[in-house]
Amino acid sequence: MEKWENNKAWFLVLPVFLIVAFSAIIPLMTVVNYSVQDIFGPGNAVFVGTEWFEEVLRDTRLHDALGRQFLFSGLVLLIEIPLGILVALAMPKRGWGVSASLITLALPLLIPWNVIGTIWIIFTRPDIGLFGVAVNGLDLLSVPFDHTARPIYAWITLMAMEVWHWTPLVALLCYAGLRAIPEAYYQAAKIDGASALAVFRYIQLPKMRGVLTIAVLLRFMDSFLIYAEPFALTGGGPGNTTTFLSIYLVKIAVGQFDLGPAAAFSLIYFLIVLLLSFIFYQVLLNVGKGEKR
Amino acid sequence: MKNRKRYIALAVYFVLLMLPIYWMLTMSLRTNADILSSFSYYPKNLTFTNYIKIFTDRAWYSGYINSLIYVTMNTVISLSFALPAAYAFSRFKFLGDGQMFFWLLTNRMAPAAVFLLPYFQLYSTVGLIDTHIAVALAHCLFNVPLAVWILEGFMSGIPREIDETAFIDGYSFPRFFITLFIPLIRAGVGVTAFFCFMFSWVELLFARTLTVTNAKPIVATMTRTISATGLDWGLMAAAGTLTIVPGALVIWFVRNHMAKGFALGRV
Amino acid sequence: MSLDWMAWTLPTALFFLIILLMICGMLVWELVSPTVERKGFLGFPTTRGTRFFIGLLGTGYIHLAWLGLTDLSLWMALPISAVWIFVAMRWG
Repeated sequence: MEKWENNKAWFLVLPVFLIVAFSAIIPLMTVVNYSVQDIFGPGNAVFVGTEWFEEVLRDTRLHDALGRQFLFSGLVLLIEIPLGILVALAMPKRGWGVSASLITLALPLLIPWNVIGTIWIIFTRPDIGLFGVAVNGLDLLSVPFDHTARPIYAWITLMAMEVWHWTPLVALLCYAGLRAIPEAYYQAAKIDGASALAVFRYIQLPKMRGVLTIAVLLRFMDSFLIYAEPFALTGGGPGNTTTFLSIYLVKIAVGQFDLGPAAAFSLIYFLIVLLLSFIFYQVLLNVGKGEKR
Repeated sequence: MKNRKRYIALAVYFVLLMLPIYWMLTMSLRTNADILSSFSYYPKNLTFTNYIKIFTDRAWYSGYINSLIYVTMNTVISLSFALPAAYAFSRFKFLGDGQMFFWLLTNRMAPAAVFLLPYFQLYSTVGLIDTHIAVALAHCLFNVPLAVWILEGFMSGIPREIDETAFIDGYSFPRFFITLFIPLIRAGVGVTAFFCFMFSWVELLFARTLTVTNAKPIVATMTRTISATGLDWGLMAAAGTLTIVPGALVIWFVRNHMAKGFALGRV
Repeated sequence: MSLDWMAWTLPTALFFLIILLMICGMLVWELVSPTVERKGFLGFPTTRGTRFFIGLLGTGYIHLAWLGLTDLSLWMALPISAVWIFVAMRWG
């Protein structure tokens, strides 16, 4: 199916272009302008060239935040993807169980992000939280569990929250991929006497390639931009041990109102995301082509 | 036998998934003094005072109304802008279409924190700070590209012969689009509306920055309560529980189409 | 409605003007001779527009690396970037 060639199609795209340009291009231009000036107030700014970029690029706190960000996103993928696949494989294929599972899975996805943080504060606090009380009740830890007390506990809580919140998305994607496999494949495997593992390795996994690629990329991108959940849960602490890129950026921009450095930081952050989403887009295009062949 | 083991494992996972939500629900049904004085797995003295407070205090319930207003506005705007554009992307080849599509996608991926800085100034200049439309417009940044992306997938599944036949039968483009084409993809429109609703509902950063009092959404009310007054856990839990309700209702309506939306992988 | 809040400066205005002109140039080039998709050293099929984007993105990273890793004048990153854009456009 060749698409019709017609540049008049631009008139259909124009409204979208205008509304997104208003929200994206004008602010982005402003960020570029801010990044080269020292701004004292409206109409009172001094041109400083690339000073802020140098400052931000050599800011060790930014390096730390970037490192934490990659560690966090990596861990997220490592835990959520296998878990999501397992859940999808275990889900029923027909009957009332399908709707029930789908609704249960989708529920965490629809809770406002900062409320997710609130839920987990209530759930893990050592005095009133079920999780906190249960862990401390076991009496295995040398230091009582409290997510505000030690970095490792803060990370564990954060990871538990993140896995709880987003594994359902991976599971839903994988489930949709599994449902697209024709029944004939399974019957053929049954006749051959293939084991469940072989079915998974040679039928289910290859057929899920498309949705899995999307799941990996989406989870990577979204965990890379994470803000509201850790902000509500740990506020970036203890110390700076859970300060990710977005949290650090908002701290500079809104907390300290350092417009110049914040703008330079924003641009660097944006460039990283731009490269990542370019890779995302190319992979997506080529996954689509692979399936058609 | 094998299936039973599998379902037990799944049931355990679902119980774990519901546990934090259950915990928030029990907290919301107890008074703060009760929560802090004794630990219990279920509310022994069932009370609805927290919910009554939220429904009678304007500062609380107006947050839900404000959120619902801008989320609805955003869903309507996103859909009405995205429908024609998605049609163009699914049917036509035009100058710079690939670049345009990619640019739209980058906005779905862009960190909200990057745009935060100039947004306040931009909306102050236009005089829209603390209005519902400001938040609705800001959320278009990621919801319009998302809507175009999902709808394009659904539209590509409709054979082009249908368009051709309609045009030969003398349909004008607007008439064909509204009376024939949109009904064909209504499942897609439903799924798209669901995702627009969801992402606008859960977003915090823009909603908090662009509002002061008149349009303050519930998510902002909650974060400010944490920091301002001391903590009333029961009240927080009740407010949190209520934020789940609209989402749960929307899931119920689109449950049959949801898997299809996810199948396209366009979230 | 004033544009004061955007805090325009001459260098940034020139920067955006040049980008805009480059995009217009690409548009005219496309109209004169439409691009053909091909596979170069980048390993995936690209059109002229994609290669142009890769060139610009690379330019951004080259300048950042120059600023972060060296103390030399930033102007020296410009010819390197120009070479990179040319390489990406020609063989990408």
